[in-house]
Amino acid sequence: MDLAFSPDEQAFRAEVRTFLEAELPDDLRHKVRQRQELEREDYLRWQRILHARGWIAGSWPKEYGGCDWTPAQRHIFDEECHAADAPPLLPFGLQMVGPVIFTFGRPDQKEFFLPRLLSGEHWWCQGYSEPGSGSDLASLQTAAVRDGDDYIINGQKIWTSLAHHADWIFCLVRTRKEGKHQEGISFLLIDMKTPGITVRPLILMDQGHHVNEVFFENVRVPVANRIGEENRGWTYAKFLLGNERAGIAEVAWNKKLLQRLKEMAADTPASGDRLLDDAVFSRKVAETEVKLTALEYCNLRILAAMQEGSPPGGEASMLKLLGSEVTQAITELTVEALGYYAAPYELADRTPGSNWSPVGPEAAEGVMGQHLFMRAITIAGGSSEVQKNIIAKMVLGL
Amino acid sequence: MDFNLSEEQQLLKDSVDRFVLDDYDFEKRRKTSNSDDGFSRDNWKTFAELGWLAVGLPEEYGGFGGPVETMIVMEAIGRGLVTEPYLPTVVLGAGLVAEAGTDAQKEAILGAVAEGSCMLAFGYAEPTSRFNLADVSTTAEKKGDGYVLNGHKSVVYGAAAADKIIVSARTSGGVRDKDGISLFIIDNNCKGLTRRDYPTADGLRASEVEMENVEVGADALLGTEGAALPVIEKVVDQGIAALCAEAVGCMEMLKDETNEYLKTRKQFGVPIGKFQVLQHRMVDCFIELEQSRSMTYMVTLKLDEDEKERRKAASSAKAQIGKGGVFIGAQSVQMHGGMGMTDELKISHYYKRLMQIDTMFGNRDWHLKQFAALTQ
Repeated sequence: MDLAFSPDEQAFRAEVRTFLEAELPDDLRHKVRQRQELEREDYLRWQRILHARGWIAGSWPKEYGGCDWTPAQRHIFDEECHAADAPPLLPFGLQMVGPVIFTFGRPDQKEFFLPRLLSGEHWWCQGYSEPGSGSDLASLQTAAVRDGDDYIINGQKIWTSLAHHADWIFCLVRTRKEGKHQEGISFLLIDMKTPGITVRPLILMDQGHHVNEVFFENVRVPVANRIGEENRGWTYAKFLLGNERAGIAEVAWNKKLLQRLKEMAADTPASGDRLLDDAVFSRKVAETEVKLTALEYCNLRILAAMQEGSPPGGEASMLKLLGSEVTQAITELTVEALGYYAAPYELADRTPGSNWSPVGPEAAEGVMGQHLFMRAITIAGGSSEVQKNIIAKMVLGL
Repeated sequence: MDFNLSEEQQLLKDSVDRFVLDDYDFEKRRKTSNSDDGFSRDNWKTFAELGWLAVGLPEEYGGFGGPVETMIVMEAIGRGLVTEPYLPTVVLGAGLVAEAGTDAQKEAILGAVAEGSCMLAFGYAEPTSRFNLADVSTTAEKKGDGYVLNGHKSVVYGAAAADKIIVSARTSGGVRDKDGISLFIIDNNCKGLTRRDYPTADGLRASEVEMENVEVGADALLGTEGAALPVIEKVVDQGIAALCAEAVGCMEMLKDETNEYLKTRKQFGVPIGKFQVLQHRMVDCFIELEQSRSMTYMVTLKLDEDEKERRKAASSAKAQIGKGGVFIGAQSVQMHGGMGMTDELKISHYYKRLMQIDTMFGNRDWHLKQFAALTQ
């Protein structure tokens, strides 16, 4: 057993850090640090910078334009990016549909989609959940009916993150109504410009436009855009969900959030003391940091196992559970740290040049909004209740 | 012992409940909350006509009822997520005047509050005070017969709409001394006062209030110079009791809505309320609500006891309500799934209000600390 990273890995960390110092634009860094909402172009700018360096897809094989990094390298890369306040890389293309395409797609699909995905030319979104199919995803009803060389799609997806930015959507659709739910689902790639698709915003409790409803009305999709075999979509969907879990604990991001919380508590006056010196508050911060440390080492053990070639099983659900709980604990404490200054909530113009400034301390910006939005992480991507069911069944055999 | 309402109290309850049910549906509330003022002056007029703005005020100035009547109104305000600034005006502002005012001040203000022509706000917090009411940096220096005020009051709910703002200011002593604090009634449009108004996360309105050489006459002093802290603490405890009642109204609405959702939302072919993990979670919500309601009755009925008993009651009730409210709020969002996250459903709005209620007048940790000190 050895906790240390190898000399090569340490050299890699230094290389990433140097790169970030030189290439991460200050305005993006500032936006992330101030918890401001990122615009489409913000994500894309950072994606193009990483793409130019060849560091856009750490986990992908080299032959498809990836870095073929080890899990440890990916972990180091994530840590350094979050520490530097780099914008996040959205998972929908890079972590979700990309690996599905290079694993199950035809050569022409790989050739067309993968380079465009990596360069940012295609922004992908995920069409999974439906109004009647949340935790029970396999019951989805969006229908794809064969008509010559096309499918005709009718139905509705919901909670589609950033669909209003997307060029393409990968969708689970029903191609057979008989038999088991899971055995009548197909996996389609759909151009968002296809006639019959309507995107409608869903505003969340932070007043932000993060998610959408996507409606399909007689949308014609070439059969050639299907991944793999008809009615085998559930298999690919499960593969994708397994892939999604690799970085699900968001350890590096949580560390960054915790560090910001401690800085804020050190700067927050509390009637003569610093808030960080308040025994009760600092105990809660410490408890959260201990929980995060336990999560970090759970995550490292799973990473090490992956490095040795064993994919994460039901244990990955534990990472999702713990990671989302830690994030919520940190954002809750950050709101608490602000005291009365958590209340002001102005949806102001925050573009550079506007003279808006947050009410209260500068660090108050975006704190409440982030906390409110983060209530979603114990619901999205399989709720905490579903994750516990998975552990009970797959790990404990109950 | 009797936890029943009298006939008059029941009539008051029926009247506020009916208003919330008939005239304050959630879409109306959303419009009101998004308007420039953040509340409706027509509603305020209705409150005056129905007598609700006189609740808890002394009878000789047109008032009626006491803490129980305030509780009845505030619980309905919680259920409807009412945005009209009732707490700042009637409970805090008029409460301070009733407690400490001269006959002339009461005469000038309380009747006007009751008839709806005067709104009030109370600035007690400052950027560095956190939850300590005795931490007052704002100064009031004697000048001739009057005073000159300088300082910054934070997150003053209802300040934009208020005709008069009551502020705490230091007339002597060090920043955190319990003695030397005084209260002043200031006209909102007076020279030297600037406000930054903003909406709050829970859909209300608050302001930063800055005073730069604000000159007031001797008649602006509310109560005895330098001896305001006991008055502030007493009225804040009344505010805490009122806030607890509001929280109970919020929690009950969430409990009912979520319970209904568990019965109707189906996944895996059954209502999700058939899953034991959600049943137990719902039971936990129910129990938190019942505890919170009991603590609200307790503090409401103890507001007139001696200072120590009253403060124990207020701190223990506030600690329970803060915990229970945030728990029920967060779990209602979780059990509603994605729908609970939306702005469209009312669930998240109640959660946001319950979060602010936890913070207002000091959060759980603050009140546990107060309670520990009082019970050692």
